[in-house]
Amino acid sequence: MFLARSVLGTKLRRELWRMRGQVLAIALVIAGGVAVCVMSLVAYSSLNATRELYYQQNQFAEVFAPLKRAPMQSLHRVSEIPGVVRLSARVEAAAKLELPGFTEPVSARVLSVPPSGQPEVNRLFVRQGRLPAPGRNAEAAIVGAFAESHGLLPGDRFSVIINGRKQTLVVTGIVESPEFIYVLPPGGMLPDFKRFGVLWLSQDSLSAAMDMRGAFNSVVVRVQPGYPLASVIHDLDRVLDRYGATGAFSRRDQFSHRFLSDDLDQLKIMATVFPLIFMGVAMFLLHVVISRLVNTQRDIIAVLKAFGYSNRQIAWHYSQLVLAIAAIGLVLGLLAGVWLGGGLGELYMEFYRLPGLLFRLNPAWLALLILITGFVAWLGGWRAIRQAAALPPAEAMRPEGPARFRMAGAERWFSGIRLSQPSRMIIRQMARRPLRALLSMVGIAMATAIVMVGNFQFDSVSLMVQTEFARVQQQDLTATLVEPVNAAALFGLQRQPGIRYAEGRRSVAVRLVNGHRDRRSVLHGMPAGARLQFVVDKDLQAVDLPAEGLLLTDFLASELGVGPGEYLRVEMLEGDRRTLSVPVAGVTSEFLGVGAYMRLPALNRALGEGPVINQILLSVDPARKDEVYQSLREAPGVLGIGIRQAMLDSFYDTLARTFLTFTFFNSLLGAIIAFGVIYNTIRIALAEKGRELASLRVMGYTHNEIAHILFGDMAVLLVFGIVSGWLFGQGLAWMIITAMQTELYRVPLTITAHTLGISATVVFVSATVSGGVAWWRLRHLDLVAVLKTRE
Amino acid sequence: MESQPVFRTRGLTKSYDQGEVTVRALRGVDLELYTGELVVLLGASGSGKSTLLNILGGLDLPTSGEVSYGDLDLSVANDRLLTRYRREHVGFVFQFYNLIPSLTALENVAVVTEIAANPMTPEEALRLVGLQDRGLHFPAQLSGGEQQRVAIARAIAKRPAVLLCDEPTGALDSTTGILVLEALESANRETGTTTVIITHNAAIAGMADRVITMSDGSISGERRNTKRQPPTELSW
Repeated sequence: MFLARSVLGTKLRRELWRMRGQVLAIALVIAGGVAVCVMSLVAYSSLNATRELYYQQNQFAEVFAPLKRAPMQSLHRVSEIPGVVRLSARVEAAAKLELPGFTEPVSARVLSVPPSGQPEVNRLFVRQGRLPAPGRNAEAAIVGAFAESHGLLPGDRFSVIINGRKQTLVVTGIVESPEFIYVLPPGGMLPDFKRFGVLWLSQDSLSAAMDMRGAFNSVVVRVQPGYPLASVIHDLDRVLDRYGATGAFSRRDQFSHRFLSDDLDQLKIMATVFPLIFMGVAMFLLHVVISRLVNTQRDIIAVLKAFGYSNRQIAWHYSQLVLAIAAIGLVLGLLAGVWLGGGLGELYMEFYRLPGLLFRLNPAWLALLILITGFVAWLGGWRAIRQAAALPPAEAMRPEGPARFRMAGAERWFSGIRLSQPSRMIIRQMARRPLRALLSMVGIAMATAIVMVGNFQFDSVSLMVQTEFARVQQQDLTATLVEPVNAAALFGLQRQPGIRYAEGRRSVAVRLVNGHRDRRSVLHGMPAGARLQFVVDKDLQAVDLPAEGLLLTDFLASELGVGPGEYLRVEMLEGDRRTLSVPVAGVTSEFLGVGAYMRLPALNRALGEGPVINQILLSVDPARKDEVYQSLREAPGVLGIGIRQAMLDSFYDTLARTFLTFTFFNSLLGAIIAFGVIYNTIRIALAEKGRELASLRVMGYTHNEIAHILFGDMAVLLVFGIVSGWLFGQGLAWMIITAMQTELYRVPLTITAHTLGISATVVFVSATVSGGVAWWRLRHLDLVAVLKTRE
Repeated sequence: MESQPVFRTRGLTKSYDQGEVTVRALRGVDLELYTGELVVLLGASGSGKSTLLNILGGLDLPTSGEVSYGDLDLSVANDRLLTRYRREHVGFVFQFYNLIPSLTALENVAVVTEIAANPMTPEEALRLVGLQDRGLHFPAQLSGGEQQRVAIARAIAKRPAVLLCDEPTGALDSTTGILVLEALESANRETGTTTVIITHNAAIAGMADRVITMSDGSISGERRNTKRQPPTELSW
């Protein structure tokens, strides 16, 4: 660089060094924005690329078609469906597991692997060991998350009950599947690696256990790229209809895929919203600092111009200063972002079972980010730079005229109060530069808001989970039955030792259709006067189920475009698969999942069945819970058991840790912004008022008294900034929540006093640190020197 | 006029380390200042007069020697004590006025009266310098001479024991400068405040009771005017 060696280059370097505190404070704010952006982009790109490659290499299905039972011979009709390029027919089953030393119920999903080894579609990634061999009855491969949480290794044994028959399996391998990147128990919302697993058995062995020899009950297909999925789904439903198909669905409705996609979308939001705030603050800081510098260098600019430097050279000189600060921020941000992005990716890997994480950062995005950062920074200094270039040399030689002040309008409002002169100085200083005061306040508000956003998510998700697992679900256990049974079974169950109360429900997989819109969902039939689980609205009040018609989650209603009073087509995906037209009686708000609710008798009537149930909710005596677990495990009619407390614990064990990490980083970022804004504001105030403060010191004002003047307006800005930051944070939180609403969950907006307190504390501590630095500088104010020279 | 000395210095020296050279700004100054007198301290730039004024005003400490204000030993006082000393006893007038731009003339004076023990009212102080009608103006609305007179009003409002003026007319033309000197003269006459004016402008010497000349860090001459010349008769 030529300029770096020129005299102006030297001037630039020395000035950067002289202002290093302020330079660093601004660079840190820029770095914060860049880091969040890069972190999110790295995590997004890496996870996305890893998932894409994984899907590609392992032939992840595009369409999934569950059915009751179809003979293998019928498979050729599926392969003839236009658009289908690959398919895999398999047997799926539910199982109950018994693990040595673990008394709680464990359930599992079991899938078959073909005799050839790897399936054509949804191939497995073998982490350790091998797949179960054909003809070997007692072998199973198990999913990695489950293996790790129980410390299972190839060669270990455990018991399993499939289709009511108990057998002992030996672990042959530990595997991952693109179908189970996010391992979720059926109907669950949170992973529970200890109590839910996925097993793969050889096809002959699982077929034998399920009485499915020569048949399959699930087919997964790969579709020719670009071929319309809807058409394949339609054809699959048509071909498999006679085999009890319950409706084919695409990846969009596949849980694991859906969860990861939702998370990736959230990363994208994070990559844009947060950097926007940081860059806004950095622009303001640069503007203030550069303006100040230009004002103090009027005479230097004049001399340079008098010597023949052009406007362009002057503008470039100050632009370089801005760009140098941006470059420092950019480098720091990139390094931190790449590091954090890797860390975030690893954090995601705790929940998402991917074979390994590829590192990806799109160079085009990176280039764009560098350009935007440079441009935004330059824009921040633009007005000051233009002003510097435009100063006529003769005018620039003269010092800037004395600052013009007037009575602040606010003073008239409280003219009754006698203000001390220092207080007047504080008020008028703010009134003279209202924009700067406002921007400082906005900066502080943004810092507060960012800390808030980091904290409220945990509160909100906690509230969501608490509501679901402590308020809505009052049962201790949920037992899902293999087949619907008469509700009279409940009486027998309630007499069993350890069971205090039992309640039955009927859940049916349905497809809800309104015109061209349709959604797969579950229709729950609930007894009148349910005591263990009922539908609640957003205020957590129990909602009465209408005597006739459906109650829909509001999210589902809006997705389907229906409202109360309108009719919805309900296709039952079980039993005789009848289709009904049912009125929507009302909508309700729920945090987790989407559902449709009816009264149990009304649902059974609609299905043309007697008083049957297929889910039992139980309230259990804690002292005898192991007994209950044991009897449910051995009951052949019970498909699986969910423990409410276990889900809650699992949430706090895993997700809470993730959220704490986020909270920490958000607080750190908020603290950086607060420090950047406050430190710069105080330093500039100190530079501007240094002479005044020194005069006051000479006149006999004490150090504390002049500190009051210096920090007084900062304190006012801090108070207003934090309070408006709370409001701003609430708005931001609302925006984030709205942007992150998904079918799986809708996080409620809750901002606790704790969150407000933390955000205020973080900002306040930042202010105290920067104030401390200024305080120290104030002590070393050179009274004589300040008075001798004209500003 | 001569009574008890207000200030007394003995063998006062002051050295500054400026990089590799040591600048000896004062090389043994013996001086007494008496109540109510108006002293002009004359000297070229670099003669040490400002250094002496800073030490007398409690802004700086001597390297060696004694300086006392009444019973107070200023050569060993700490920052807290010096601040109190300035607050209670000293009025300063600076070359560049150093008014606070966000406060009106009246409020600039009030800055001092608010913290002083027995001040005059800001209005009274402004009247002494002939600016009773300009009290509500901000510094930016006043001329340089007017700003300096506000600075004098501010300095005398606390009824200081001593008024220290560092080149008070240095930034002003002669007509305006004379108005400022008149204000200083009348303040000295009416309040009886010991007044020290430092200047490099020999023409000002005529208005003093006593003229002390400094060169090279020590006192090189001292003379007493038999009659104080009114500032209006001065010219430069």
